[in-house]
Amino acid sequence: MTDMDGAPATLSPATLSTATLANGLRVLVDEVRTVPLVSTWCWYRVGSKDEGPGLTGASHWVEHMNFKGTKRISRDEIKNSIERYGGFWNGYTWIDQTTYVQTATRDALDQMLFVESERMHHCLYEPADCDSERTVIISELQGGENDPDTLLDIELTATAFKAHPYRHPTIGWQADLEAMTRDDLYGFYRRYYVPNNATLVIVGDVDAADAVRRAEAAFGAIPAGETPPRLRATEPPQLGERRVTIRKPGTTAYLRVGYHAPPVGHADFAPLLVLDAALTGAKGLSLWSSFRGTPPQRRSRLYRALVERQLASAVGGMYAPTAQPFLYTVGVTAAAGAAPDDVEAATLGALDAARDEGITVAELARAKRQLRARMVFEGDSVTNIAHQLGFFATVSELDTWFDMPARIEAVTADDVARVAAGHLAAGNRTVGWFLPA
Amino acid sequence: MSGAPGRPVPVRRTLAGGATVVVQEAHTTPAVSLNFSIDAGSVCDPAGAPGVAHFLARVLDRGTSRRSAEEIAETCDGGGVTLAVHATRHTLSLGCTCLAEDFPTILDVLADVVRDPRCPEAEVETRRRQILTAIRQDDDSPAARALESLNRLLYGDGHPYGRRVKGTAASVEGIDRGALLDYHRRRIAPTALSVVVVGDVAAEAAADAVAAAFDGWQAAAAPLPALAAPPAAAARRREVVPMPGKAQVDVAYGFAAVARTDPAYHAHVLLANVLGQYGMGGRVGRSVRERQGMAYYAFAGFEADRIAGPLIVRAGVNAANVDRALASIDEVVGEMGAEGVTEAELDDARRYLVGSLPRTLETNAGTAAFLQNAQRFDLGLDYDRRLPDLLAAVTRDQVNAAARALLAPERAAVALAGPLDAADAGAGEAADAGAADAAGAAAGAPQARAAKAAGS
Repeated sequence: MTDMDGAPATLSPATLSTATLANGLRVLVDEVRTVPLVSTWCWYRVGSKDEGPGLTGASHWVEHMNFKGTKRISRDEIKNSIERYGGFWNGYTWIDQTTYVQTATRDALDQMLFVESERMHHCLYEPADCDSERTVIISELQGGENDPDTLLDIELTATAFKAHPYRHPTIGWQADLEAMTRDDLYGFYRRYYVPNNATLVIVGDVDAADAVRRAEAAFGAIPAGETPPRLRATEPPQLGERRVTIRKPGTTAYLRVGYHAPPVGHADFAPLLVLDAALTGAKGLSLWSSFRGTPPQRRSRLYRALVERQLASAVGGMYAPTAQPFLYTVGVTAAAGAAPDDVEAATLGALDAARDEGITVAELARAKRQLRARMVFEGDSVTNIAHQLGFFATVSELDTWFDMPARIEAVTADDVARVAAGHLAAGNRTVGWFLPA
Repeated sequence: MSGAPGRPVPVRRTLAGGATVVVQEAHTTPAVSLNFSIDAGSVCDPAGAPGVAHFLARVLDRGTSRRSAEEIAETCDGGGVTLAVHATRHTLSLGCTCLAEDFPTILDVLADVVRDPRCPEAEVETRRRQILTAIRQDDDSPAARALESLNRLLYGDGHPYGRRVKGTAASVEGIDRGALLDYHRRRIAPTALSVVVVGDVAAEAAADAVAAAFDGWQAAAAPLPALAAPPAAAARRREVVPMPGKAQVDVAYGFAAVARTDPAYHAHVLLANVLGQYGMGGRVGRSVRERQGMAYYAFAGFEADRIAGPLIVRAGVNAANVDRALASIDEVVGEMGAEGVTEAELDDARRYLVGSLPRTLETNAGTAAFLQNAQRFDLGLDYDRRLPDLLAAVTRDQVNAAARALLAPERAAVALAGPLDAADAGAGEAADAGAADAAGAAAGAPQARAAKAAGS
């Protein structure tokens, strides 16, 4: 392979413009004129970590309700209007954030901004719609439970956390979904969907100053709200290994190992990201585009220790950028006929070896090259570029994103050894199994 | 290509061995997408050995005469490249995205693994274990089981469309290195190969590089096997795959529609969009999800190739709601079959399909897939420019004629997989005038098959 010295030292686009409206809405515009498209993402600092007892799943349910019509847009029109421009729309909710995306031809910009401004302040929350969406979401939850690996991930996370609201799944616990009321949802919406808790990102074939003017026209009349409340919770240090085993009908055994891990703004984030690349292959840093499919991992430690030894059919690692300390998780699909004890011994053996010895200089170099390449690949569309700007502005700071290449480049083998020794300790991990009953 | 203004016209060549190469320059990012397609999918599996094409795809990049599996892995991993090698019903494909500076190296690796895989014994055994695990995972997936069951109902057990691309556990156990190399010798040849390159390259130089990579490769692929058209559906068929312990039921409901080359293809694309895509799942989504709240997903898909492809409505519903969901799908399908689509719906669907082209063509990988499809069906490199006119030329009468011919609940195939009893195979059908007898007649064999599969 050739050298990649030409990789940019920063991801800060020269064409990025930022503005803050009088009501507190932050607007980020990046002129990308390679295609006649524009992508808008409207981000809210609210996710499942903001849900207290009895309200688990509220932020995700609110996201669903915000496609159910507004004072000036009917339930069908809120979905259909962008499609007339060939557009794509969606939304997602996770532990720290809720966001709505629309990408369409550039002539749809005003319509997209109109939809987002209505969504911010004028959603209806008709009681009948709340009830019908309740069963849609329970169906979504049950569809997830049809997948043993998803079920295991939920149980592992709930076992790893005792105090922090990251412990409950973003979709919520079914009992809460059955009990929550329309007023619970509407109250949640009103508390968090205020312009001073949001970031609007516009990327594409636009003039930045003009786009900010259009955003002002669409959102300017929405009043600022109270600063949204935040739950105060800190996860206490884990004092020993935890375990959870699910036994249900199935055909395949799945292993997950989760370690408490630092958030994206922490100095240990980049070294741990490099460690994950060495262990399971680099994914990149985009929750939207980088965690689909298989990473480049055939030379990674866990692939060689498990897949190449016929103990597993697949391995994966997940170290996502989060606002507060979450988990670094390794997942293993046991190969047909492999004994779970052997699979676990090989998995923990490889993780413990990294903890005790760190990684080699060659592994470090490969991991860093992979990460640089993946960060190029994940910037291949206006939708993906806009996602990264909004994600980091919401979950951390824009500079966290812009500086990431330099942070990764600066990682040394000693840094990786230090963070591996600290975070891959046996007492910091939770081991979960799904075993076919 | 015209989806992105300012992009140069693609370069197309036929190489000496018969392979075609298309290169499209795109300089948005310093990256290149490669897309290789070979007419050697699972429809070409030898009789009695389903799964050979898929198995070869899994072992193709695990060593050549010039490179060990480790060397290939090191080259790809070092550039952050995931080489995806897949078999579908009709093609065996290789695809990846690399940095522009790595293009010559990655091209050389891809050409090498296509031309000269050695399928080392140890690699064959390791991949066999992975495939067997994947088959067991499919056995445990209601979505996979429902689709598999539906395809059997639509095409028949003996038809390649009625079989799993991966094969069965028994057939995969029986495939050896010799069978893989034999399949490669018969099927993987330049006459069956199409290469598409899109990205930050100089088109002519990239085409030269592809030509050099395949220089001297002369071979002819065996003729493609004849593929029977699906049997005509005279009655409704229903099959239940009981999967105790699952949380909800996957519903697959469908018809065999038309081939990609059928003059009514675009009418069916528009029909599927109105039925189960536009907005949030079209009319099906509005009824099953939006109005009744019964499912997180409820939509329709349509794909077509050499023979009539399936138009499939899918939904995931609670077991208690299965009959209500099916009644709702029947109502939507029946109504569209009888009354067709409105002019406004058709206009929306057209605008969506035309307007979405720039998004489809925005990324290198998206453009490469589009061009590969255009190559495969001989649509021309200007297909993106012609598509709006092709869609505009479809009349409401043509769409409604397609709807009338296809959308008849009494001829639908229905597959259900999830926490149901096999006895549910005929439930809810008795009230279906004209379908009760057919459902009763079809129930016995599918029940036995489903029970066997569930216990395997």
